[in-house]
Amino acid sequence: MEFLHPESLSDKQTHYCPGCGHGIVHRLVAEVIDELDIREKTIATAPVGCAVMFYDYMKFDIIECAHGRSPAVATGIKRMLPDRIVFTYQGDGDLAAIGTAETIHAANRGENITVIFVNNAIYGMTGGQMAPTTLLGQQTTTTPGGRGKHQEGGPVRVCELLSSLDGVCYLERTSVSSPKDVIMAKRAIKKAFENQIDGKGYSLVEVLSMCPTDWKLAPQDAVKFINDEMKKTFPLGVFKDR
Amino acid sequence: MGEKILLKGNELLAEAAVRAGCRFFAGYPITPQNEIPEYMSWRLPQSGGVFIQAESELAAINMLFGASAAGTRCMTSSSSPGISLKQEGISYIAAAELPCVIVNMQRGGPGLGNIRASQADYFQSVKGGGHGDYRLIVLAPGTLQEVYNLTMNAFDYADFWRNPVLILGDGILAQMAEPVEMEPYLPLMDIPTKDYVLDGCRGRAPRVIKTLILHPNIGLVVHNQNLQTKYRKIEKAIQLCEDYQTADAEIVIAGYGITGRIAKGAVKMARKKGIRAGLLRPISLWPFPRETFMKTAQTAKQFLVVEMSEGQFIEDVKLAIECRRSVEFLGQGGGWYPTQEVILEKIEHMAAQAKGGR
Repeated sequence: MEFLHPESLSDKQTHYCPGCGHGIVHRLVAEVIDELDIREKTIATAPVGCAVMFYDYMKFDIIECAHGRSPAVATGIKRMLPDRIVFTYQGDGDLAAIGTAETIHAANRGENITVIFVNNAIYGMTGGQMAPTTLLGQQTTTTPGGRGKHQEGGPVRVCELLSSLDGVCYLERTSVSSPKDVIMAKRAIKKAFENQIDGKGYSLVEVLSMCPTDWKLAPQDAVKFINDEMKKTFPLGVFKDR
Repeated sequence: MGEKILLKGNELLAEAAVRAGCRFFAGYPITPQNEIPEYMSWRLPQSGGVFIQAESELAAINMLFGASAAGTRCMTSSSSPGISLKQEGISYIAAAELPCVIVNMQRGGPGLGNIRASQADYFQSVKGGGHGDYRLIVLAPGTLQEVYNLTMNAFDYADFWRNPVLILGDGILAQMAEPVEMEPYLPLMDIPTKDYVLDGCRGRAPRVIKTLILHPNIGLVVHNQNLQTKYRKIEKAIQLCEDYQTADAEIVIAGYGITGRIAKGAVKMARKKGIRAGLLRPISLWPFPRETFMKTAQTAKQFLVVEMSEGQFIEDVKLAIECRRSVEFLGQGGGWYPTQEVILEKIEHMAAQAKGGR
């Protein structure tokens, strides 16, 4: 089997730090879009966060949105172009803090879109502040003493939170912290796009992803952090599939 | 000739939008504009369009961002506090140069204020509102006939200039009813092909719509310069103003929207009493009809600004006439509106003072 450059992925070198998970997730999305042959009918949203320049790395139509508003923008596009494939690519701050309302209500309306949710438990672009998904006890630049249960509250578990909504079709939490996890993540991403093609409604794939720079860990230790720590708070698996 | 119909301002505006080709509406309930989303909720699906009751004003304006990027004529409506919430999205849409129509049926402020008519969102409407150097085309109807006509025009302006257009109404225009001639929709101008639309890259290169501009060479400075060039062209193309009996007028009343309409009655009453009064009623608030004001300032002796706020519109009047004439003020915020008699009293007072001063 040949290891080819996906058509949906541009040749441009990314700005991501060494050991960052975004590059892997970008590639998985590009591979899936190629395999489903939907590149020419896909419109994506770019978030505010480390992946803000998502549009530089992909070769399909992309709209960059205000912080957290991607689900609303995607709703406007998908409702007017129901035969196109519309997906949002969002980080944890974008999706689960500033965009919580847009996320919950797009899910609740059962918008027939796909959401790729990259959870690295930190605000990367702004330099390592607390995210809604930061682990209890985890040190960030705004929780120098570690995230406290009684001050900042616990991490927001998005898949669990959305699983009660009738409009949601599919929720799976995956990771890119091991080869096996990467394979599982790609399978989930593909299913989330297939659901949209089949008109089944809102699908979200959460991907636990490394941020060695802001975790202040070497890349191999960042991988270990996901496998040993993050997965305890964010267990992998399918939370909804109908 | 179109049919003559009696409708509430809100419903009339919604109907005009649909007739002008609006096919997407997102909004959030707030008094006094609720009849617009209510009307759209059944009228748009009937015309093959989409209505969404959004979870917030932020979501609504961002849904427009998406619908407009998909090439659709789209509209949202709200009232003052809700328009404040939309400002983030409006800045992005203006920056991305996407067309859309936004309706503000102003109510009393600041804060939650009240639900009476007001004109206290003038600064927010014409000076920005959101962050950054951008402009909205702002249209201020004074009658329901104008609500109907200007709503249709708003979609043309938005598409032609690739710019958001704000229709600045108020609680009175929103809630009143009067007979209106419903002329069929005729575009004001040829609308260029929408070559920016995101609909999938089949047969073309992928397109990007974005407002983050970090590029060191063709950066944000150039983007701002391009926007300003566009705004200067719009200023040349659109300066709308009703000019009523100003040719020989010594006292010129300046008022927009419903206030301008009430002031027209006061001008008629003053004329009957032998006072040479006139009216300038800007219909486009941005661009401000500066040329008409400057021309009038050559002949008029004094100006009287009437507005339902504590004094916002008056600043643009003074700027437009470069303070060449004295400008009196009659205004009040918080849901107050002037009667013809109150304006007439002020005109009479000004006339008497001018006479006494001679």
